[in-house]
Amino acid sequence: MPDSDTLAFADRPTDTVGLVTPHVAKFDTPLSLACGKVLPEYELIYETYGTLNAERSNAVLICHALSGHHHAAGYHSEEDRKPGWWDAHIGPGKPIDTNRFFVVSLNNLGGCHGSTGPVSHNPETGRQWGPDFPMVTVSDWVASQARLADHLGIAKWAAAVGGSLGGMQVLQWTMVYPDRVANAVVIAATPRLSAQNIAFNEVARQAIRSDPDFFEGWYAEHDTVPKRGLKLARMVGHITYLSEDAMGSKFGRDLRSNDLNFGFGVEFQVESYLRYQGDTFSTAFDANTYLLMTKALDYFDPAATQGGDLAHALAPAQCPFLIVSFTTDWRFPPPRSRELVDALTRAGKSVSYANIDSPHGHDAFLLPEPRYDAVFGAFMNRAARDLKLDQAAAEETP
Amino acid sequence: MMRADLELIYDWVPEGAHVLDLACGDGVLLEALAKHKGVSGYGLEIDHDGITGCIARGVNVIEHNLDDGLGSFCDNSYDQVIMTQALQALRRPDKMLDEMLRVAEEGIITFPNFAYWRHRVHLGLRGYMPVSKSLPHAWYDTPNIHLSTFNDFEHLCRDKGLMIVDRAVGVGDHRGHWTSRLWPNLFGEIAIFRVRRR
Repeated sequence: MPDSDTLAFADRPTDTVGLVTPHVAKFDTPLSLACGKVLPEYELIYETYGTLNAERSNAVLICHALSGHHHAAGYHSEEDRKPGWWDAHIGPGKPIDTNRFFVVSLNNLGGCHGSTGPVSHNPETGRQWGPDFPMVTVSDWVASQARLADHLGIAKWAAAVGGSLGGMQVLQWTMVYPDRVANAVVIAATPRLSAQNIAFNEVARQAIRSDPDFFEGWYAEHDTVPKRGLKLARMVGHITYLSEDAMGSKFGRDLRSNDLNFGFGVEFQVESYLRYQGDTFSTAFDANTYLLMTKALDYFDPAATQGGDLAHALAPAQCPFLIVSFTTDWRFPPPRSRELVDALTRAGKSVSYANIDSPHGHDAFLLPEPRYDAVFGAFMNRAARDLKLDQAAAEETP
Repeated sequence: MMRADLELIYDWVPEGAHVLDLACGDGVLLEALAKHKGVSGYGLEIDHDGITGCIARGVNVIEHNLDDGLGSFCDNSYDQVIMTQALQALRRPDKMLDEMLRVAEEGIITFPNFAYWRHRVHLGLRGYMPVSKSLPHAWYDTPNIHLSTFNDFEHLCRDKGLMIVDRAVGVGDHRGHWTSRLWPNLFGEIAIFRVRRR
């Protein structure tokens, strides 16, 4: 039973969870997937922050977004320049306060950061899974996360929390395992992708699939990666994560040198930035995983099986919800969150909603912002109070 | 200790009712109603501190600008819609009244009575726009763009064919002196109405 991965860490700010080490959980019970295929066995890599209490009632599940992973907070080594992707919100005294919550953050199935996915070994063929890795959906992820909860002895999450695609997983939890989630936080998400969202995803997929180095997904066997395709996919994606204002204020029409050079090299700062983001991503992320994750986004639509009635789809949910959107998010804009809020109120569920003023577009969910943090923290504190976590902690320490 | 008008409203909300509280502030009323009367529902608010306050209390709150109407709420989906001290700040108070009574059969509305004697003294004798406990802003920065009187609101209800189930006034921290019950338009600082569709 992992207790805590956190260690004291001298030269970092005091509100960090410190040095963390990932764990791997192995599962040999086959998992039936939505696509009809069966994963005979798989592994999930995860990290934990904070301490699980004796009642096992203080666990918080973090669900990651499109290109996210298990490393949500803290540092892997003293040399790490950057902390985990959600370090702004997970740690001592932060909205997800590791002084009272035990945080579990995993890499989803199909990922490329240590959980079983396209880069893993396929026991049936002896090759890498590659493009043979079955299509996984949000519901498959949640089913696998429930097994991870079983593995950790967590019968019910104090809260399930996620932004963007992570928020969709949280929604799925509340509908499929209503008795296993005490609170739900859904940030910068949507109950279904719009045609425009799917269109952007399709451009990203086509960029990857049309790269000559893609080899129908078998690039690893050709000792190459479809770098150009992945780079383009990331560049397109990145544009949708930022707001027009954020891009404008960050780059404007600034040039890298003083003069126009009437060519197709990098001239504007924004071009340089996008190319850099694309280049970095193209060597760090697996193309097959990117394809799978974008399909999981496209497919998510819990209302579809209920005749389009989202309120009906949400009927099984039992827990209080916090829904948060950001004013300049045009990927999953505030009206999409409001659609979710309206379905929840129609279904008579407990829900609060805040639309946070931020210039940072979709990316705002990752960044610290006083009002966002206040709302998020207030919800988590209330959750802790209702679960009597502070009381339990006080009783444990004589 | 709740604001005087909230205490009165508290008594007017039936046990177990499903309510919408428009401009719910930091959620004190909804919290008390949920705790002691088993009332469910949602607060609508636009003030950031109010929203955070509600969430901290565990009161359901939805960030919503009342000038956008109540379009996302279905007809007859609530037992009561409550709106305290917000009518005067809306762009179209008359349309909000229609909206409230579309969503619920009954509405409870409170607003500062512009005809309160102190306000009259301010304007009539001293020649200044009234500033008081219920109207604390200066004329240039007030959010209160549609001030009205106890009598004005009765007129509006009559024009709309609404039934006034109850009316009361608040004066300062008290529920009202006998004078305010006799002459509400003159002695009531806060007007409190319970109205219904016919």
